[in-house]
Amino acid sequence: MGLEEKIPDSIILTSLDKMVNWARKRSMWPLGFGLACCAIEMISTFAAHFDLARYGMEVMRASPRQADLMIVAGRVSMKMVPVIKTLYEQMPNPKWVISMGACASCGGVFNNYAILQGVDRIIPVDIYVPGCPPRPEQLMDGILKLQEIVEKDSLKKVHEEWGRKAV
Amino acid sequence: MSAEKKTVTLNMGPQHPSTHGVLRVKLELDGERVVTAEPIIGYLHTGIEKTMESMLYYKAIPATDRMDYLAPMSNNLGYCLAVEKLMDIEVPEKVKWARVCLVELTRVASHLVWLGTHSIDLGAMSMLMYAFRERELIIDLYEACGGQRMMTSYIRIGGLASDLPADFEKKVRNIIKTIREKMKDYDKLLTENPIFIMRTKGVAVISAEDAINYCLSGPMLRGCGVNYDVRKANPYSGYENFDFDVPLGKNGDAYDRYLIRMEEMRQSLKIAEQAIDGMPEGPYRAHVPGVVLPPKEDVLYKMESMIFHFKIITDGFEAPVGSVYQAIESPKGELGFYITGDGTNIPRRVRVRPPSFVNLGALPILTEGHLLADVVCAIGSIDIVLGEVDR
Ligand code: SF4
Repeated sequence: MGLEEKIPDSIILTSLDKMVNWARKRSMWPLGFGLACCAIEMISTFAAHFDLARYGMEVMRASPRQADLMIVAGRVSMKMVPVIKTLYEQMPNPKWVISMGACASCGGVFNNYAILQGVDRIIPVDIYVPGCPPRPEQLMDGILKLQEIVEKDSLKKVHEEWGRKAV
Repeated sequence: MSAEKKTVTLNMGPQHPSTHGVLRVKLELDGERVVTAEPIIGYLHTGIEKTMESMLYYKAIPATDRMDYLAPMSNNLGYCLAVEKLMDIEVPEKVKWARVCLVELTRVASHLVWLGTHSIDLGAMSMLMYAFRERELIIDLYEACGGQRMMTSYIRIGGLASDLPADFEKKVRNIIKTIREKMKDYDKLLTENPIFIMRTKGVAVISAEDAINYCLSGPMLRGCGVNYDVRKANPYSGYENFDFDVPLGKNGDAYDRYLIRMEEMRQSLKIAEQAIDGMPEGPYRAHVPGVVLPPKEDVLYKMESMIFHFKIITDGFEAPVGSVYQAIESPKGELGFYITGDGTNIPRRVRVRPPSFVNLGALPILTEGHLLADVVCAIGSIDIVLGEVDR
């Protein structure tokens, strides 16, 4: 899905890149699901005090088919691995992933049999937000950094990368 | 669908916005009616008990934070009280009062999250915003105490991690005043809201007999009129000195549980106020050389304190052989810690009695015969935290 597939190979994009990226960066829809403690901080970020709506990202989608940002908020247990993979695969391209918290990034304090030591072992991650749990400001910072990445992407490059990104 | 099979199997979760985490429910539906609802858990299994069994006693405290992450202080308290019982440590009066004050505010914070998420499940979107706004005040207090917003690990074996911050009293009084004020708004928004009443009254009913048979605790049990509160039945941490009521329901439905939690928040504020009024002076840690860490100020200036500090940090302390069980009334119900010491510096067994897990067992009877939409209400009114269910 997306504009990329409609563009012929021999065309170089400049203004279209800018325009599309500007729109994409300001209207990213996160997938509304939380795993553990970090999810509570994620909700705090969306709620009144911190108000993520200021950055145009507050529309949580319940269905992965309508989302383009996945915030992996919390520890990923072995039983959850296939579920997260399926959710990621169900999201339409282009899609981004934020790994929120120490657990999702590297297993955190739980170096044991039950917890996947980093969600990047199963899906590609664009931004890692450290902390246990990260403060809402940290998550916001992560999101702003992701917006910078999105802004600089070229549509053609993104399209070429899809092949690589699929796991 | 074959001609004989009249029911439809529907899978709800583990990624579903109203399962409060990663609960999965397998539903058998006859049209819109639920025939059976089977909760399937384990999607957040973290191996916390096993992890705690491989750690020195005091190093396991951060793991307890991450169990019921809506009420980290309650978990800290339960675990620390159990270890204190095992080691036979008596904590100073001030510590007891400060702990009571903090865990009661934790109850308010936990119930606020419940209020927000439960009402968003039922369609009252704005409640979440209000509830989280007030919760932020309590989180600020945590941060002032323990330096972290959620995982404070502030309550330690034999005392507190550090002395109470200088503006503790001012902050607590502000919290009490603000939340009391705002609770009037919540009442206006929900308690007499006809839509809310229609969605919750007579929904997810459980009888007192069933509740006892299913071993429920907390608001789930008190919702059907059974008067059991660990704070009254087996007072710990000086609860016998506080004057408060235990609210009871009559019908055992979701609406009664809502009323009980609202009243519990008021009572908790009352207890916190008593605790702050009568807070005695004194040290913030018990003086038990070799077991309880000496105060940080001493570690910097006194030789023996530094040695003890070094020894406890590297080696821990050796617990006697024996088992203890200590229960507390966490926001979800009776939270118990069962610890077996074997004479070494790590516990042989740590077993947690998680209230959410036991309460979740009642989901099949709560939903049987009800409509599909009421399953969401039932899950919300149990007030589960998956971190505690799966551990
Ligand atoms: S990083 Fe910390 S807060 Fe986040 S899920 Fe892991 S244990 Fe919980």
